Amino acid sequence: MSTTTRRSAPVWPTEAPADLDRTLLRVEDLHVGFGDARDPTPVVKGVSFTLERGRCLAIVGESGSGKSVTARTIVGLTGGRSHVRAGRLELAGRDLRGLGDRGFRAIRGQDVGFILQDALVSLDPLRPVGREIAEALRLHGWGTRTSRHEKVVELLTQVGVPDAELVASQRPDELSGGLRQRALIASALALDPELVIADEPTTALDVTVQAQILELLEATKARGRTLILISHDLAVVSRMADDIAVMQGGEIVEQGDAREVLANPRHAYTRALLDAVPSEHSRGQRLSPGRDAAVSVIGSARAAAPDATVPVLEATDLVKRYRGPDGIERTVVDGVSFRLERGKTLGVVGESGSGKTTTARIALALTRPDGGEVLLDGEPWSGLKEKERRARRRQVSVIYQDPLSSFDPRWSVERILRDTLAPEAFADDAARGRRVGELLELVGLQDEHRHRRPLQLSGGQRQRVAIARALGPDPAVIVCDEPVSALDVSIQAQVLDLLEDLQRELGVSYLFISHDLGVIHHISDHVLVLSKGRVVEQGPADDVFRRPQEPYTQALLAAVPRLQRPGSRTAAAAD
Amino acid sequence: MSTAVLDDRPAPPDAQLLRARLRRPARVAVRILSALGVLWAAATFTFFVQSVLPGDRATLIINQDTGQTIERSAAELAPINERFGFDDSLVTQYGHYLTGLVQGDLGTSYRLKQPVTTIISEQIGPTLLLTFSALALAWIISIALTVATARRGRIASSVASGFEVVTAALPHYWLGVILLVVFAIDLQWFPVEGGTGFVGLVLPALTLAIPLAGFLGQVTREQFERTLDEPFVTSARARGMSDLGVRVKHALRHAVLPAITLSGWALGALFSGAVVVELVFARAGLGQVLVDAASARDIPLVSGVVMLVALVYVIANLIVDALYVVVDPRLGKAA
Repeated sequence: MSTTTRRSAPVWPTEAPADLDRTLLRVEDLHVGFGDARDPTPVVKGVSFTLERGRCLAIVGESGSGKSVTARTIVGLTGGRSHVRAGRLELAGRDLRGLGDRGFRAIRGQDVGFILQDALVSLDPLRPVGREIAEALRLHGWGTRTSRHEKVVELLTQVGVPDAELVASQRPDELSGGLRQRALIASALALDPELVIADEPTTALDVTVQAQILELLEATKARGRTLILISHDLAVVSRMADDIAVMQGGEIVEQGDAREVLANPRHAYTRALLDAVPSEHSRGQRLSPGRDAAVSVIGSARAAAPDATVPVLEATDLVKRYRGPDGIERTVVDGVSFRLERGKTLGVVGESGSGKTTTARIALALTRPDGGEVLLDGEPWSGLKEKERRARRRQVSVIYQDPLSSFDPRWSVERILRDTLAPEAFADDAARGRRVGELLELVGLQDEHRHRRPLQLSGGQRQRVAIARALGPDPAVIVCDEPVSALDVSIQAQVLDLLEDLQRELGVSYLFISHDLGVIHHISDHVLVLSKGRVVEQGPADDVFRRPQEPYTQALLAAVPRLQRPGSRTAAAAD
Repeated sequence: MSTAVLDDRPAPPDAQLLRARLRRPARVAVRILSALGVLWAAATFTFFVQSVLPGDRATLIINQDTGQTIERSAAELAPINERFGFDDSLVTQYGHYLTGLVQGDLGTSYRLKQPVTTIISEQIGPTLLLTFSALALAWIISIALTVATARRGRIASSVASGFEVVTAALPHYWLGVILLVVFAIDLQWFPVEGGTGFVGLVLPALTLAIPLAGFLGQVTREQFERTLDEPFVTSARARGMSDLGVRVKHALRHAVLPAITLSGWALGALFSGAVVVELVFARAGLGQVLVDAASARDIPLVSGVVMLVALVYVIANLIVDALYVVVDPRLGKAA
């Protein structure tokens, strides 16, 4: 059973615990495998680190690197079919090896608070958030029902929730992303645990909300608590971490003082990770190592370029209203105008609910605007009847965030790509087959990939197929709706490089939508900042990002976590 | 916080809440109206089916009374036609039938010469008791089995899901006879002929409940296992909750949702199952009435039972809709 003393009332003390041993967590030669007991598939391979009280350790790595599994080992939540083996695994001097579920239960919530990503799915959607927070208290025998309720309201107020009494009685789906995440954090901090583990705490959040949540975690650290921050985002990490451990393939490839690791990365993988982060400095540069811009233009059957002075896509005063389930009409897009020049990229940036996706759907003519008009090559587009539009549909294609859900899982890559080819443009079946080969080559896939199905491809390969599919009909415009948001940073770098290569070679224009300001600044020529359905600011990317005129844009930019690299190279801004 | 202006308003404003509340009675009214529509459709269907069935109804009634099967003269038929209104136009008869229904009159049994409502109300008690105990029993079995075995090692969960597949496919008739032979005749734990008491209810209710439990268990288990994979379950575990606590307090609530939906349908199915079970266990109830009425072509009584089943079905589904919102309050907002 628990050897820790039970704090009667967790009023967060500011003084450091009177413990001579500064080391809170000691992990040596940790191995975690899954599956068959005799021959488990290794996921964590000999990880060692120590964490001193009051410090923040960031574990950085891409999906599948074993960073989450490492963190879960500390609270014994690696799951039923896992096998954990370690030379040493000590929390506050206590051996965690061989600890049973009862032992771990006493630690969870009490000594270690665990915050998972995306509170929408990490809080029970059927219960009010107040009950979830009270649960943490109840499980460790804290207080009575009434005192717990008071404590819940107090905790919510402490994590910066306005009107805590009301929020405590609401379900996650009734709360904004920021409030939800705060409630989740409150449930992890309820008993003021010594160690707080946050697994991708800001990944699904808008930048401004992300900034608030990071401030909250910083405040926790300032109270003397110890933090483990797990993230794939180096920029987020660079702001808070004292120590950094970089994980790849289940091993820590580099670890040490945060500033040292960021300034002088020793391992090639760390350097690749740092270079892959898109930002204003990376404009005009390649983000991924390897393949040079050697895209050969094959079979681009584009007719002689139309008048270059006419914008390829022009929207004026778009308005779209929706009636919500409560019967109230909301204006989702409110007077949005933009011009997308031929061969250029227009970045559309905004937080969730800003009308980005609705604008994209109007540009794709999938949603009819209630007001305003979109012209394609100077001719009517949004105003056409669907029958008239069908012939021109091939000129505008789309890439979505999650290609997996936009592919029929039973179709092979070949069939997905053939489906996009105009029947009249190809003489026979063999010509279409050749075109599929060309498309695969364009996006850097091998010919053997044509027989695979989407599930047999990696996330990056899938997004390449999605790009090939968008290129199939030889479009003038590709609408990219968060095309890299679901990808790891190194894969994101490759995909962004590919998009830029293709634009240079094929002259295609992008309407590029993202919530990630770094990505937008990296790739866009012009930028459109949306908030609550309105255009807040627009102009050339460097103007908008370097000299924002509007308070909203300024606040948005201030909230972006920036990679803090002492002595990092300042790239000459291209363009 | 420099950026606090951008987010974090407590949702939703009061005006919106008020509006959502006002719309609620309207939604309930629509539900009830559509339920009445279903009943009307059932009534109309049974009425027209019985009027297009081959054979003259007056002849049928006389032959039934006398035990003969011969053609009757017009003089013999006239009083019967007069009494039951068979001479009226179909539209008039339909009008009478609907008016009767609204006043709670389902007509008079051809055979027993009693109002159908009287016959049904005398027999419905045991049948309702049987079906509802069976439903409750099925829920208890399926939930206990799911909570105890889902994701608890390969052996436990395959044995349990194997049990569910096998039982879901068992015919009531066969299961009833087996239970009767084993527990009533061989072991003599229960009476052979089900009386009205609790002991007499056990075997018939089990006969109905076991196949349904297998069926409900399958859907509950699937949802339960899916819920155990959700991040909020890991969150609850990370707060220090025990495995059983997570199962009962979090996963179960999500897992019962599909079973609730199916229960509306299941209640209708249990009614038809009850007919067989009542015969096997020689229990009082609507089963015997329905079999006798159907074999004697006592059309008013048969359609009365059909209407009753439709009514039970409609009410059950209204309850299901209401219950669903209680378990998953998100739907109350959006629907």
